[in-house]
Amino acid sequence: MKPARQDIEIILEQYPRHPQHLINLLQDVQAEYSYISAEHLTLICDHVGVPVTQAWSVATFYKSFSLEPRGEHEIKVCLGTTCHLKGGQRLVEACERNLGVARGQTTDDLKFTLDTVKCVGACALAPVVMVDEDYLGEANMVILKKRLEQV
Amino acid sequence: MQRLTNTAELKVLRDNLLQAQDPHRPIVRVCRGPGCLAVGADKVSQAFQSAIQSQNLEVKVQPLVKDTGCHGFCSQGPLVNLAPANLCYVRVKPEDVEEIVQTTLVKGAVVERLLYSDNGTRYKSAADIPFYRMQQKIILQNIGVIDPLDIHDAIMAGAYHSLAKALIEMSPDDVIRTVEISGLRGRGGGGFPTGYKWKRTVENAQENPGPVYIIANGEEGDPGAFMDRAIMEGDPHAVIEGMAIGAYAMGVNQGFLYVRHEYPIAIRHLAAAIAQARALGLLGKNILGAGFDFDLQINRGAGAYVCGEETAIIASLEGRVGEPVTRPPYPSQQGLWGRPTVINNVETWANVPHIIDHGAQWYADLGAPRSTGTKIFSLVGKVKNTGLVEVPMGISLGALVEEIGGGVPGQGRFKAVQTGGPSGGIIPYELKEEFTDYHFHPPDVKPADKMELSVDFDSMAQTGSIMGGGGMIVMDDHDCVVDLARYFLRFLEEESCGKCLPCRLGLKGMLEFLNNFSQGKGAPADIDALESLGKALVDGSLCGLGRTAPNPVLTSIRYFRDEYLAHIVDHHCPAGVCRDLITYRIDPEICNGCTLCAQTCPQVCITGANQQLHTIDQDACIRCGACMDVCPVDAVVVD
Repeated sequence: MKPARQDIEIILEQYPRHPQHLINLLQDVQAEYSYISAEHLTLICDHVGVPVTQAWSVATFYKSFSLEPRGEHEIKVCLGTTCHLKGGQRLVEACERNLGVARGQTTDDLKFTLDTVKCVGACALAPVVMVDEDYLGEANMVILKKRLEQV
Repeated sequence: MQRLTNTAELKVLRDNLLQAQDPHRPIVRVCRGPGCLAVGADKVSQAFQSAIQSQNLEVKVQPLVKDTGCHGFCSQGPLVNLAPANLCYVRVKPEDVEEIVQTTLVKGAVVERLLYSDNGTRYKSAADIPFYRMQQKIILQNIGVIDPLDIHDAIMAGAYHSLAKALIEMSPDDVIRTVEISGLRGRGGGGFPTGYKWKRTVENAQENPGPVYIIANGEEGDPGAFMDRAIMEGDPHAVIEGMAIGAYAMGVNQGFLYVRHEYPIAIRHLAAAIAQARALGLLGKNILGAGFDFDLQINRGAGAYVCGEETAIIASLEGRVGEPVTRPPYPSQQGLWGRPTVINNVETWANVPHIIDHGAQWYADLGAPRSTGTKIFSLVGKVKNTGLVEVPMGISLGALVEEIGGGVPGQGRFKAVQTGGPSGGIIPYELKEEFTDYHFHPPDVKPADKMELSVDFDSMAQTGSIMGGGGMIVMDDHDCVVDLARYFLRFLEEESCGKCLPCRLGLKGMLEFLNNFSQGKGAPADIDALESLGKALVDGSLCGLGRTAPNPVLTSIRYFRDEYLAHIVDHHCPAGVCRDLITYRIDPEICNGCTLCAQTCPQVCITGANQQLHTIDQDACIRCGACMDVCPVDAVVVD
């Protein structure tokens, strides 16, 4: 059972009302709720005093923000250079086929979100897949399937 | 923690801490670098804790386990180092811990089977292992040794000693002059002289009085590079101290650490280090009673590669979209909130305390004449000893890859090295141009026959590549340069912020050429067109991302034109990588008819009965490689 989510008001009050805190607030809301809803985006704008258009452009520019709910578990296939050389691309495609979603998308049951990352810095173990916080080194679809059955 | 009110108290604290240490007491250091964590260092650390407690060794071994930053030798993880003998145990599993505690901690003997061995030699001391022996650790010297979450441990290793020295013995001008004479150049890739940057900033601030800001660039976005991560995670105080010294030199009261959001451990360790430094009076108001105020705040990056560019960092810190702006004005003139600002890479800041401690001349004598000091590289790819290495600038590329890296594993043949990430180039192994002027070679190693390229800022630039942040990716003959150039273009096309036209559309155009080549389409003249488009990006783009983006393509054409021609003219990928130009085949000599491939094939295009030879229907095959992944006997081959 996940701990109850922090109230949006409590997150907002941690930062002074200044436009420079826009990104920090978006990050905290993203971390707490796993996405930024339209309602939260408006509340953040009111707090730091920027127009919604500006917050929207920031939220869509940076990769770490999602405006749609994410799955319960995140699968991140590393596509750093070493992982690429060792077959990361084939691994993403295998994931897409197996989960029935494209990269960046979430399965219909909201269980998994499939994503790619640029490099997780575990190049010695390439190709690497992260399932939530866990690393799977020297991964292939056989290993990954076994891991996904456990979550 | 008692707040230190002058520099003498810092010395007393250090002396007292050192005196309380027994140099013969065993210390268990478990590597918590990204590589080791990925193979279960966490469980090894926990196993040590409970094993030491259950043996009632708490008094003898104190602390029970020291969780440290990266030890560097990633391919052998999880790594455990035991002081005082400097024993290096490799590939340690939780099941091995009981034996280590019994044999090494209780009896003082060695667990032979866990030692690193190569070519029949077992290495007892980490210092003897070739991978470590040929390095020169200055920035990395405390990483893997100290507990990054304990400021006392860092102080014992000498942290903040240089800050104290600067505050009492040197004027701000002295500090700037020292950094200038040392020859330190920016470690983020550009290689701009750090001392000069500082001097210009101070001059600009004098003309236009008001606050000055400093920023540490920890947005390490190059794939295959994790040097800055290791520093921030393993020795956060080195960055803080370097920034505090720089702040003193430039009259700065507020600094910012801009750290990539994919590095949560680095952020946690930096935050803890800042809090502890504040509690000791090493950050905040009136630092060490010297009447100097300086504080630091951490800002997390939000996942944009372009935010490694200095003007984009400033935009991001101000809460805006991370789009670069035209320079000049440079940040040293108009940076954060329009004020003079210095942005240095994390590794650059970490060099500063050593320069202040040992002096400008000491540093200038390290490395190569115009590229002084040492540089950390992440040595990865098709190389036996992957990991993090620190070497003097000017080492030959051959020594770095063949001697420290141990060469290419297995049957592969060493083909090229990719340096500098998406902004760098692909340098061939058999580089036969004029770059044979290397300055340094480890003693007792004979220079390699080939690849005598000196690893320093200027020699690397001559090849068409750049030094970059320090990612060094080794390629063998199974890696295709066309495919790799295409990979980097796709990366950059995605990461381009889209503000200026040459970068936004030029990258798309370049990628189109490479997509065609990788499918065996196009004409030889297209290679020239691609080259000239690349040069247009170099000349016309607004920021460093676009200006360096064509490097992987331009260098690969320069050195591997034949491989491009093989794709275009012969419709053949010599490395067997480009999907449209290869076929998968099952070797009838090896196939044992286990049916696994047929069960896995998403196209259901593999036929064959149990215990019989299987075959792939080439018309239906999508070349996904799933059969190759599952084949237990490696019967699936690429033609």
